[in-house]
Amino acid sequence: MVETFEPKSDYRVIGSRPVRHDGFDKVTGRAIYGADVKLPGLIWGALARSPHAHAIVKSIDTSEAEKTPGVLGVITSKDMPETEDKMIDLGEGDENPRWTSNRLMASTKVIYRGHPVAAVAAADRYVAEEAAKKVKVEYEILPVHNDVDSALANQAEIIIDGMVGNDLGEEVKNTNMATHERYDFGDVNKAFKDAAYIEENTYTMQMVHQGYIEPQNATAFWDEEDRVKVWTSTQGAFTARTALANLLQLDVSRIKVTPCEIGGGFGGKIPVYLEPIAALLSKKTGRPVKMVMERTAVFETTGPTPGGKVWVKIGADNNGKLIAAESKIWFEAGCNPGSMIGPAAQCIYAPYDIPNTRIDSYDVVVNKPKVAPYRAPGSPQVAYAMESAVDDLCDKAGWDSMEFRINNASTQGTRRGDGVRFSVIGTKDVLSATKSSNHWNSDLGTAPEGKVRGRGISNGYWFNIGLKSSVNLNVNNDGTVTLIEGSTDIGGSRASISMQAAEALGIPAEDVRPSIVDTDSVGYTDVTGGSRTTYATGFAAWKAANNLVDELKGRVAMLWSEGTGEFGKDDVTFESGVFWSKAEPQKSISFKELAGKLDNLGGPAISTGSVDLESAGDGFGMHIADIEVDRATGKTDVIRYTAVQDVGKAIHPSYVEGQMQGGAVQGIGWALNEEYYMQDEGGMANSSFLDYRMPTSLDLPEIETVIVEIPTPLHPYGVRGVGEVPICPPLAAIGNAIKDALGVRLTDLPMNPGKIIEALKK
Amino acid sequence: MHPFSYVAPKTIDEAVAVLEKNGTRARPFAGGTDLLVQARANKWDLDTVVDIKKIPETMSLEVSQEGLTIGSGVPCYQVYNNEQIKKEYPGIVDGALIIGGIQIQSRATIGGNLCNAAPSGDSICPLIVYNAVAHISGPSGSREVAVEDFCTGPGSTVLQNGELLVKIVVPKPNAGSGTAYQRFTPRNEMDIAVAGVAVSVQLNNNGDDFESVRIALAAVGPTPILANKAGSSLSGKPINDDSISEAASLAKEEASPISDMRGTIEQRKHLIEIITTRMIKEAVKRARG
Repeated sequence: MVETFEPKSDYRVIGSRPVRHDGFDKVTGRAIYGADVKLPGLIWGALARSPHAHAIVKSIDTSEAEKTPGVLGVITSKDMPETEDKMIDLGEGDENPRWTSNRLMASTKVIYRGHPVAAVAAADRYVAEEAAKKVKVEYEILPVHNDVDSALANQAEIIIDGMVGNDLGEEVKNTNMATHERYDFGDVNKAFKDAAYIEENTYTMQMVHQGYIEPQNATAFWDEEDRVKVWTSTQGAFTARTALANLLQLDVSRIKVTPCEIGGGFGGKIPVYLEPIAALLSKKTGRPVKMVMERTAVFETTGPTPGGKVWVKIGADNNGKLIAAESKIWFEAGCNPGSMIGPAAQCIYAPYDIPNTRIDSYDVVVNKPKVAPYRAPGSPQVAYAMESAVDDLCDKAGWDSMEFRINNASTQGTRRGDGVRFSVIGTKDVLSATKSSNHWNSDLGTAPEGKVRGRGISNGYWFNIGLKSSVNLNVNNDGTVTLIEGSTDIGGSRASISMQAAEALGIPAEDVRPSIVDTDSVGYTDVTGGSRTTYATGFAAWKAANNLVDELKGRVAMLWSEGTGEFGKDDVTFESGVFWSKAEPQKSISFKELAGKLDNLGGPAISTGSVDLESAGDGFGMHIADIEVDRATGKTDVIRYTAVQDVGKAIHPSYVEGQMQGGAVQGIGWALNEEYYMQDEGGMANSSFLDYRMPTSLDLPEIETVIVEIPTPLHPYGVRGVGEVPICPPLAAIGNAIKDALGVRLTDLPMNPGKIIEALKK
Repeated sequence: MHPFSYVAPKTIDEAVAVLEKNGTRARPFAGGTDLLVQARANKWDLDTVVDIKKIPETMSLEVSQEGLTIGSGVPCYQVYNNEQIKKEYPGIVDGALIIGGIQIQSRATIGGNLCNAAPSGDSICPLIVYNAVAHISGPSGSREVAVEDFCTGPGSTVLQNGELLVKIVVPKPNAGSGTAYQRFTPRNEMDIAVAGVAVSVQLNNNGDDFESVRIALAAVGPTPILANKAGSSLSGKPINDDSISEAASLAKEEASPISDMRGTIEQRKHLIEIITTRMIKEAVKRARG
């Protein structure tokens, strides 16, 4: 039975906006990121990478690289430990270590451009890079499959030899289709027969990258006792440890991962890339080895989110009630299986209550980097299709699309596309907050000559996750509390977790001192991802705080008993940072005062809290986009933008707003310009920030935010995840706005100026 | 990239001597905003970078009766912050203002932009329509080359072994003239032109006819292109939508772009027509003051 909580409203710390605990270090440049790690005797590693996206490796000759002055060691796939051929759970997605090992260092085949074939360690970075160029590889080039249609064609070259596909439970050999899943509820075929209005279309999209500023990096030291220390910018020190244990074939306890500060991740810094290579170079050379990726390698070899295509068909009755939905989702997994078809199915229909639904989804292997999670992985792609189709259906039937969304909104008990039924959710509350927002009630205004304006809206959904977290608390004798956690801080989680502990302890947020530690120094904690950290690690902090209060009640009893034993722990009550005697209400002691006495009152007071949460409070959002299009050049400017979202409870509203704005901005970039522009022979043509065209501050308006708070009963303070929902609505919100402005529906992402001009010519 | 040496000669002769001695293994170093990136990307295999910023001639920025002199080491920000240049050479400022971002503009130079010879180089088309001249020094003395003849292909120029671009001289525009440059980029900044157009117009005394017009096109050929047909079609023509639209359509014909990740052939040709129209009108507006 899952524990549930009643919502509260009288908070002292929660809902306030203290300065984040890591703020000064980060804005002054003192924070230690992965690339800042320096160790005595440190040397550098560099990779030799394949220029081909698909080829047989006939031979690798490292002799010239080894002879280069300054080179201390060279490794190839022969130095990679033999790994098991099985799926393991890494918290946010499963992996097969053998495939991962082959993907990080090619053995017989290269299956994406930039695929490492050898690694060189040398006294400095440039010697290592120059020596890596001297690795000679003989390739036999194979046909390249850049997209699902090509990879699924009859004569397609098989990318992973021996991969067995799963087609609705049937084993399929000689295929690039890893998985075909289906969810089928109600009677979809009959419902479409009954429908008065039907809309269907196919939407296509390219891979896009998280675009974090800090490239991947790793520093590793393999000592004489086969203990491996790793410093890296990761979203999950423990999941990195698990992955490394599998790849290096070591017990987890032999590996210590120290998570450094992280310059953005968005899901992309969950997998390991350089860590095992640096560790093996260290084993070979006996020296600590550091590796840092170049931006081109980040684009070409670290996981983007899937491109692919989504076909969707929806039907409504005469009263404007959605009665049927069917979809087919084909996602590019990249060179190993594992695209986010599961989450896509969970998300596609979530904002709606639809009695008859079917989803077929396909995970397809192609010659591109293996995908990695990216902020609500799988959801933005399907939201783009579904939310475009909803607008087109409304246009066809002459319905108001806002009212249609309200009338068909999901609610407690609604069955999601994958069959799960919702608990308390805020879909309708978000829609009504949107409808009463300042933005929705303001005019679009008049466009300058040659330009036209349009407004679009879209829902967005992410289920959020729970999983495992641990927190330790130590009381200091100055009244502060050290909070030890394993969640790496990407978006202000030191603050949001400390604030939950502070609330429970009745002390100011500033009096909690968070510390993110290595894998030897705190209990297992899952990744910072899935919008779980403030929810799950915050929950663990709340538990630890309650355990600490319990421990401290004993110390108060000890103090007031003065050795007589007449006060027991149960005679002490605690509220808002003060311990009281139940019998004598005038007798009290504050948390801070008590902390100062602990040295003579039983010694250090410490506590722990850990959780393993099966689920989390679902998150819904709606965005409004106002755009202006230059009809001559096709350039779209976003002129006003509002993000509305149910966050359950905003612990630190500034960081909640920051998450909503950041997600919206990434979605706007995805909608308008970002894409992997692939060359026919494989490889990405625009693998630099110059040509990848993420929006800059000059391309964006202020992103307005409206926080809706419908607390989830699953968390003591009602927290739902926040970070992922806001990347889901922008694609369709902007597509719908473009249709409003120009009267044309764009079905291919990104909706860049070239495509707008083409569409206008038709 | 491997270690290389850095030299900072104080005279042109010294610089030329180092460049001549090292051939392609030495490159002049002005702002370095292209050079260092290209060196890291292994475009150059360098032994020596020759910092030209200690040479007085390359650091001069002068506006005189004869025209504007921009030393090849002068960073963009000095150009676009100069009040006289803003007033008399607005087309130069249009280009200098959009090369990279603000941090880049504090190092990047107009001379470097020209020598980098990118078809999309934002300062090159304005220089061409202003009739600017590149002053080059080399082992066999000095020579002058019109900017429109300077670039010979993507990344290649008329500069021979040992030669150094010292300065660019832009003749003083006559009364009744106006110049403007604009590029199209999907983003508002920090981007590379999908297509760009510079237009310089000389109007008659009444300001109702074109006397002569120069039009240059960026990012639609292997080098920035002087669109002769488009420009000369306007000579002696009245200023109206018909004449402008004919010139724009000729410019579109003169463009010979490729399709790549920045844009397709069709999109680029279409943009040339649109931007040419807009820039002719803007140049006329500026000419009329």
